[in-house]
Amino acid sequence: MIRSRLFLGLIGCGVLLCFALLSYGQLQDPDLHGKRQLVKLLGLTDLALFSEARYTRHPSQADLFSAFQDYPAAFEHFPSGSLIAPAPVGLNRWISIHDPNERLP
Amino acid sequence: MTRQLKILEHTLASLLRRKAKNLSLLVVYAFTIATLGSVLFLTHALKTEASDSLAAAPELVVQRLAAGRNELIPVAYAERIRALPGVEKVTPRVWGYYYDALVKANFTLMGTAGEAEQIELLEGHLPSNPDECAVGSGVAAIFGAEIGDRLVLIDSHEQNRLYKISGLFSTASSLLTNDLILLPETTLREFFAIDEQRATDLAVEIYNQREVKTLAKKIRFHLPDTRPITRSEILHTYTTIFNWRSGMMLAVTLAALIAFCILAWDKATGISSEEKREIGILKALGWETADVLAIKFWEGLAISLTAFLLGIVAAWLHVFVLGAPALVPILKGWSVIFPDFPLTARVDLLQLLTLAFLTIVPYLACTLIPAWKTAVTDPEQVMRN
Repeated sequence: MIRSRLFLGLIGCGVLLCFALLSYGQLQDPDLHGKRQLVKLLGLTDLALFSEARYTRHPSQADLFSAFQDYPAAFEHFPSGSLIAPAPVGLNRWISIHDPNERLP
Repeated sequence: MTRQLKILEHTLASLLRRKAKNLSLLVVYAFTIATLGSVLFLTHALKTEASDSLAAAPELVVQRLAAGRNELIPVAYAERIRALPGVEKVTPRVWGYYYDALVKANFTLMGTAGEAEQIELLEGHLPSNPDECAVGSGVAAIFGAEIGDRLVLIDSHEQNRLYKISGLFSTASSLLTNDLILLPETTLREFFAIDEQRATDLAVEIYNQREVKTLAKKIRFHLPDTRPITRSEILHTYTTIFNWRSGMMLAVTLAALIAFCILAWDKATGISSEEKREIGILKALGWETADVLAIKFWEGLAISLTAFLLGIVAAWLHVFVLGAPALVPILKGWSVIFPDFPLTARVDLLQLLTLAFLTIVPYLACTLIPAWKTAVTDPEQVMRN
């Protein structure tokens, strides 16, 4: 039964290697303090990943029509636009109906 | 235990008899898992990076909208927002975009009020004089500039402006600062011709986190032409962007997964006459259906588990050691400058288990079902056919 023992040993080593690789990230120091200090001091809101258009450079700050500037359902100009899902529903999408005499809390 | 080991021994011998078929299946299987794993690892690492770093983003950013587009916001709005109970601080931010025709790249120009605090991830210092600037590593790389060099930018009056580089953001921060050029706020106002009464947007700090939504509603009520964006919306945007289900990368890999499924189904269900005869002989020799199924189970598990482990290790090395060279071109899009960012090797265990479940279990099922069909048929009939 040499083959089966060898196979189980190899699978065991593979599982251990996987766990070691997966737990390696937890032990890494991502220097969060430095990054958060930078974000806080400069008031940054977005990642500098896609710099080809303003709505890909600052997706969280883009105006709501920016991806469809030419006409509704227009094809996306930039490849990274395909990675960006529709803007999430936020405060700006809420509809609130107020009585003119009502006072806000 | 010994019985199972013997069955496994028999299975491995049987797999080795059909080396070429099984090896090709293993390679395709591992490659598919490596592709899917790479997408998962990369998007999760980026999502974690965004949520960790942007946790310190302004609690509320207030923009002004006019005719559905972003407009400069009057600085006077800051005073009105500051007067709302619960607001700690309102900082007008001045920033914008700059296209450099020479290098054909877009940069983000941002004004700084000359913060006294030294930034850890900045080599040198923040611009303190009107003719100084601090730049991200992408900007420095594209111009081949270093600290002390001069950067030439063309302002909104088409005048050449020279700025001395006083600080350089480290590569560790390039996911945040790669295309950033930091200038003193007054200098940037002159550069973009923005008067003192206006700003790009307002960053609002709030004492109590639980009041953010209420304050955002109050701002909308008092200043109806504004659009408040909360920090949770910023973080949610990034979660959505890098969501596993969204994006072209997964669509591309889904096609690969479907192609693999067809291949695996064909290989696993298309049980050959040789295999059928083998099952028939085993049954004729007195093997139970359960024993035959155990062989097929071990066969499926041996291939799928080996492929899964190989695929996951390959994906990890591809993303966290090599920097995902196969996926970066898709991410990069048409960006002229793209950050060379080191990713923290964070992996979502739940996603990994889902991937394992979605790849190992179907393969096991499509190995077992045809074998079971053959095993329950009369051995004589199986051997005759």
